[in-house]
Amino acid sequence: MLVVLNKDAFQIQREQDVILFRNRVKEFAVRIGMGVVNQTKLITAASELVRNMLRYASGGEVLIEVITRGRENGIRLTFKDQGPGIPDIKLAMQDGYSTGRSLGLGLPGTKRLVSEFDIKSTVGVGTTVTIVKWKNG
Amino acid sequence: MLALLRSKKPQILERWIQHQLTLDTLRDDLISNDELREQSEGIVNLIVDQISEQTLALDPYALEPILEYLSGIAISRARHGFSPRETSFYLFSLKNAMLDMLAESAGSDIAALYDMTRSLGRFFDELSTSTFETFIKGREEVILRQTDEIAEISTPVIRVWDQILAMPLIGTLDSARTQVVMENLLQAIVDTGSEIAILDISGVPAVDSLVAQHLIKTVSATRLMGAECIISGIRPEIAQTVVQLGIDLSQVITKATLASALKSAFSMLKLEVRKTQSQKPFLI
Repeated sequence: MLVVLNKDAFQIQREQDVILFRNRVKEFAVRIGMGVVNQTKLITAASELVRNMLRYASGGEVLIEVITRGRENGIRLTFKDQGPGIPDIKLAMQDGYSTGRSLGLGLPGTKRLVSEFDIKSTVGVGTTVTIVKWKNG
Repeated sequence: MLALLRSKKPQILERWIQHQLTLDTLRDDLISNDELREQSEGIVNLIVDQISEQTLALDPYALEPILEYLSGIAISRARHGFSPRETSFYLFSLKNAMLDMLAESAGSDIAALYDMTRSLGRFFDELSTSTFETFIKGREEVILRQTDEIAEISTPVIRVWDQILAMPLIGTLDSARTQVVMENLLQAIVDTGSEIAILDISGVPAVDSLVAQHLIKTVSATRLMGAECIISGIRPEIAQTVVQLGIDLSQVITKATLASALKSAFSMLKLEVRKTQSQKPFLI
């Protein structure tokens, strides 16, 4: 049974928002007592996804939630954009694949950094990525 | 109404100044009374001279001289540190002074007074809106200037030893900053003829793939210049994150601390740091 304890929405429109957003995520992570390593992993994952959002969809909205399941607390981030969408998710999840001349590690790397990862995308409608990082996960 | 306003110009100015002096938004610490009087006189002269059927109809061409003058004042107020409230009340109090004048001379002709008030109100709404826009622009300029300054001071190149440069990076590396970092570093390598550059990322909060890509680019550019680049200040949590993210930094020399980077720089240059022999024992 998953319970949402606390939530906050954050708008991403410019590159400067990336830093503000990361600081906000960090605040939430510190509040639930997440360790430094997991904090850094979560923040890095968040940073990757937010940059993707800015680069390919020129912005969007992120929902930050503190969730609890059983005895474990965690942070769930939902990245929602109205961008062009990803035609082939399987390909996008491969290491080294990029349509934007980057390292191509954003999506697959993020998946390795977090506890749970889910991506839904419809071409022409937008992309929603949901990640969960448990406090001790 | 226009003729009336023109003939009452001195009274309007007097009343406006009296009114301003009673407001609690008066800032005699930021502007002296004489200066305020001079500034206000300029505005009244300009507005009363320029006010016409066209300006009241908000014709942009007719409004231009007034707006231009007001934006100058708004920007100077923003720089002096006036609050938006103080700046907008400054103009609103002029409107009140003019309305008072009209009310006194209109007598019992309520319909005419209403018309005049309405058009004067619209005119001032336009003025204060555009003043407000310029005021914000003035503030934004201050912020932009500070951002530039921060970017400049946050990327110092330090010559730690003959032929060894160090560059501590603090804050987030975005594309624009990387460009500044790279330019400064490469120029410093040329200027000092250095062989080794140490990039210290102790102050970078998170290394994501974009930051890593920028670092790799900087290292490659340094190598093209014939110098070697060491990245130091990799914290344990950053190391774990970078590995899981799948970033390959194996082509780059990395060290945990600036001290160990310096040590390996010394050994690359075949330098040695030794403890000197303690004082020679006295011969008795």
